[in-house]
Amino acid sequence: MSYLEYAVKSAPTGFRKILYLNWPVAILLASVAGAGFLMLYSVAGGDFNPWAEPQMKRFALGFVLMLGVAMVPIWFWRSLAGVGYLVTVALLVAVELFGTVGMGAQRWIDLGFMRLQPSELMKITLVMFLAAYYDWLPAKRTSHPFWVLLPVIAIMIPTLLVLRQPDLGTSILLLAAGGGLMFLAGVHWAYFTVVVASAVGLVATVFQSRGTDWQLIKDYQFRRIDTFLDPSTDPLGSGYHITQSKIALGSGGWTGRGFMQGTQTRLNFLPEKHTDFIFTTLAEEFGFLGSISLLGLYALIIVFCIWSALTNKDRFSSLLILGIALNFFLFFAVNMSMVMGLAPVVGVPLPMVSYGGSAMLVLLLAFGLMQSAHVHRLR
Amino acid sequence: MKKTRAENDLSHGQISRRAALLGGAQLLFIGGLAARMRFLQVDQADQFRLLAEENRINVRLIPPSRGEVFDRNGRRLAQNAPSYRIVIVREDAGDTDAVLDRLSRIIPLAPEDIQRTKEELKRSPSFLPVTIAEDVRWQDISRVSVNAPALPGVTPEVGLSRVYPQGSDFAHVLGYVGPVSDYDLEKIADPEPVLRIPRFQIGKVGVETKLEPLLRGKAGAKRVEVNAAGRVMRELDRREGTAGSDLQLTIDAKLQGYVQARLSEESASAVVMDCDTGDLLACASAPTFDPNLFVRGISVKDYRALTGNKYRPLASKTVQGLYPPGSTFKMITAMAALEAGLIGPDDTVYCPGHLEVSGRRFHCWKRAGHGWVDLQTSLKRSCDVYYYDLAIKVGIEKISAMARRFGLGVKHDVPMSAVAQGLAPTMDWKQQTYNQSWRVGDTVNVSIGQGFMLASPLQLAVMTARLATGRAVEPRLIKSVDGIEQPVRGGESMGMNENNLRKMRRAMNAVVNDRRGTAYGSRIIEDEMRMAGKTGTSQVRNITAAERRAGVIRNEDLPWERRDHALFVNFAPIERPKYAVAVVVEHGGGGSKAAAPIARDITLQALYDGPPPLDAYPAKDRERIEAEQERLRDMQPQASFVGQDQA
Repeated sequence: MSYLEYAVKSAPTGFRKILYLNWPVAILLASVAGAGFLMLYSVAGGDFNPWAEPQMKRFALGFVLMLGVAMVPIWFWRSLAGVGYLVTVALLVAVELFGTVGMGAQRWIDLGFMRLQPSELMKITLVMFLAAYYDWLPAKRTSHPFWVLLPVIAIMIPTLLVLRQPDLGTSILLLAAGGGLMFLAGVHWAYFTVVVASAVGLVATVFQSRGTDWQLIKDYQFRRIDTFLDPSTDPLGSGYHITQSKIALGSGGWTGRGFMQGTQTRLNFLPEKHTDFIFTTLAEEFGFLGSISLLGLYALIIVFCIWSALTNKDRFSSLLILGIALNFFLFFAVNMSMVMGLAPVVGVPLPMVSYGGSAMLVLLLAFGLMQSAHVHRLR
Repeated sequence: MKKTRAENDLSHGQISRRAALLGGAQLLFIGGLAARMRFLQVDQADQFRLLAEENRINVRLIPPSRGEVFDRNGRRLAQNAPSYRIVIVREDAGDTDAVLDRLSRIIPLAPEDIQRTKEELKRSPSFLPVTIAEDVRWQDISRVSVNAPALPGVTPEVGLSRVYPQGSDFAHVLGYVGPVSDYDLEKIADPEPVLRIPRFQIGKVGVETKLEPLLRGKAGAKRVEVNAAGRVMRELDRREGTAGSDLQLTIDAKLQGYVQARLSEESASAVVMDCDTGDLLACASAPTFDPNLFVRGISVKDYRALTGNKYRPLASKTVQGLYPPGSTFKMITAMAALEAGLIGPDDTVYCPGHLEVSGRRFHCWKRAGHGWVDLQTSLKRSCDVYYYDLAIKVGIEKISAMARRFGLGVKHDVPMSAVAQGLAPTMDWKQQTYNQSWRVGDTVNVSIGQGFMLASPLQLAVMTARLATGRAVEPRLIKSVDGIEQPVRGGESMGMNENNLRKMRRAMNAVVNDRRGTAYGSRIIEDEMRMAGKTGTSQVRNITAAERRAGVIRNEDLPWERRDHALFVNFAPIERPKYAVAVVVEHGGGGSKAAAPIARDITLQALYDGPPPLDAYPAKDRERIEAEQERLRDMQPQASFVGQDQA
C-alpha cells in the first residue's frame, strides 16, 4: 500500500498531532524513567551525581526526540527501513574493525560526544526492516521457503556480528525479536517447530563441544551457565551476582527497607548496582509492592502497545508496534529473570531504569516510531 | 506490489490472531515473574533478610587486657606496656615501593621485612593496614612521625604487649607469654574465639600458662557494619570485655632478686618458704634467662645459646629438678625410727666406717668411721652407718610413709610449669616399675637419701618447714587474686610426737652451731637469728671398690657433671622458726662447702629483709662477706624497665 492510500485527510496535522499521541504509553514511560531516577539517586548514596542527573538529561533529550520522531509521518520512516538496516549492519562491521573494547567486549564506537552502540540501534532497525519486508510481501508468499530464508538471513547477519563482539544477551534479544516478528507476520508454524527443535539440538551440541578443540562458546559463557544452574557452587566467584541479588530482593519483604535504606546496595554487595542489577535495589528498598508496581507499569506499556497495534489497520505500523513492544518486553523479562535467578546473567539492562545513554535513547527513538505509527494510523 | 484491501484485511486478521497469541504469552510470562517476586520477597523474605544481615554485620573481638602480676609488696612483675609498630595502608600510600624505600632510609628495616610487606600489600585489600615492623623503638617512631609528610600511608600504631620489668628474676616462676601458635590451638579442645586474633598473647610457661584462664579475661565484642570488600563502615554497638585478674604472688621481689644474684651463674636453685603460711618468698633457679626475649620472639641464635648451655637455664630447677636428697633425708629416716619408738634415750651405734648388709659393704663417707654415735652426733657429723642401722630396723615402708608426710614424693599444688612429683620409693613401686623385689640394700641407700630417693628443692623446703613447725605446711605461690586474699592451705598439726620433733631440731641446731657440726662454718652469730639445718652431698656416680682402695677421687678432680650435688636445708630463727630454706647446687661438691654458705646468706637476707649487718656473720668471714655484698648489690637489677629503652 503506497502512502497515497493512507487516509491523509483523517490524520491530524501540525501541532494537533500532539493531542493524538498515545499519551498513556508516554506517561507510563516517563513514570518508569522516574522510578529509575529515584533508584539511581539512591544507589549513589543520595546524590544526583554521578548517575541520576545525566540520566535525567538524557531522558529529557530522548523524550523530545521521541516527540520529534512521532511528528514525522510513519510512511517516511518506512521508506528509511531498508537504508537504516544496511547502515546499522555497516556500523556493526565498523565496531568489529575499529570498535573500542570495553569489559572484554567490542560494543561501541566513540563518536566523541557519545558512545554509539550499534547493537542497540540494530534492535530497532531490524524490527523496522522486517516490518517493511512483510508489509511489502504478499501475504500468500509469507510461508514460501525462499521468502522465509530472506528474513532469516537478515536476522542472522546482525545476530552473528553481535555474538562476535561478544554480547550474548543482545544477540539472543535480536534473534528473539526477529523470530517474534516473523511469527507475527504469519510464517507457518512448521518453521518455528523446526527451529525450536534444532535450537535444542544446537544447545546439546554446544554442551558437547565443551573442552574440545572446536568449542563453540567461550569458557566464561560456560561458567555463567554453570553458575546459573547452581549458583551455590561458587558463592564468591561467578555465582556471587546471582546469590547476592537474590538476597537483596528477598530481604526487601513486603514493603522493603525504605528509600536509601537497602543494606545490600549501600554496602556494595550488589555488583553493577546502577546498571543491570538496579532492579534489586528497587526490590530491596521498596519491597514486593515496589517491584510488582514496576512490573505492572511494564505490563501496561505492553498492553497499550498491543492495543494500539490491533487497532491499527496498517500492516507495517502494527508489525512495527508489536515488534517494538516485543523488544521492550524481552528487555525487562530477560533482565528480571536474570536478577531473580531464573535466567543466566547475560548482561541485559532494565529498560528505562538502568543507567546507560544509548540504550535509553534508542528505546525512546523506538517509541517515537511507535507514536508516529499511532498518530498516523488509518482511521 | 499493489495489494488489495481484502488482502490487507486478511493479513491484518492474521496479525491480530498472532499478536493476541504472543501478547497472551507475554502477559503469562509477566505473571510468572510476579509469582517469582512473590516467592522471593514474601514467602522467603525472612530467610533472605537473615542472609542480608549476615552479609553486612561482622562481629569483631576486642582483646581483653591481660591481668598484671605483682609481688607480695606490690612491686610489678608483669605488666602490659605499649608496643609500637609501623603499618602502611596501600590506598593512602599510593606508590608503596617508593614509600617503603624512603622509610628504609629513615629507620633501619630488615630486607626480609620489606619483602614480606610488599607481598602482603599485594594480597590484602587496599584499605587494610599491613604491618611493616613490630616492636619499633621510640626514637624510630618519632622519626617516622617527623617525616610523616614524606611517608603517606605510613602510621605508627600502638598495641599492648607483655613486659617483665624484673627481667630474668622471675623467668621460671612467671614464665612468659607468646603469640598463640597453631600448636597451642590444637591442644585446646574448644578454643575461645579471642585466641584466633593474630598474635594474641597467651601464657606459654609458668604462672602465665597455669593461671591463663584468670589472667586472660573475657574478650569484648563490637558489631560493625562492613561493605562487600570488608571495609568497616560504622560501629553498630560494642560490649566491653573484662580485663584479666591481677595476681599477687607470695614472692618477695627484693629477696628473689637477691637469691637469683647470689646463685649467679651456678647451676643451682633455692627456695625460701614462710614456715607459718607456706608462702614461697623466693623460688630461684640459676642460670636464668630474660623472658622478654620470648615475648618478642626469640632469635634462633639466642635460643640455641639457651638450649645448648649445659647448666640448662630453661629448666625450672626448683620444682622440676629432682635430686637424691642425700644426707638432708636423714631427718626423715630418724623421724620414722623415733615415731616407731625404735630409738631409746641412750641408744648408740658403733660406726667403723662401713656396714655389712647381706654380704655387701656399705660405706660411711668417713672412711675411718665415727666410733660410738647417738642420734644428735650422727646428724651433726652426718654419720651414714647410724642411719643404715636405723633403716634396717625401721623398714622401707615406714621411711617412705614418713617421707610423704613431710611432703617428699608428693606433687605440690603450685601453679608453675613441670612441677615434679619426685619419688619416695616403696616395695610395691619397685615391683611394678622394675619387676624386682625390694632388697634390704635398697633400704640402706634410701636411708641416707640415695638410691631411688628423689626430691625437688621445693619438696625439701616443705620438709624443712614441716620439721620446724610440726605442722603440714603447704606451699603457696598466689597471695591474692584481684585483691582477694587466697586461703592458706594446710598448716594443721601433723600429729607427731613433739619430743621427737624437738630432738630433730636440736640435732639440726648442732649441725650448724656445734663446733663439730658439718655446717659450723656457715653459722649465724646473732643470737636472735640463729639457724638450724642439714647439709647434704649426694652422689651421682658409683664409687667402685677399686677406687675406694686407691682413695676416693676428690670432687675437684672430677669433670663437672660427675661431681656430687651439694644440698642444704635450714630454718631460722631456731626458737620461733620463720623461714625454711632449701638450696641445691648441681654438681657443686660438698653440701657444707657449696650449699650451706648460700643458704645462710639467703636466710639472713630474708630475716633482715635486706642486706644483713656484718656482725651476724662469724668474725673471720666478715671481710669476705662485705666484698661479696658489694658485688651482689651491683649485680641485682634495679627494677629496670626492660622492653623499651634498649637502644
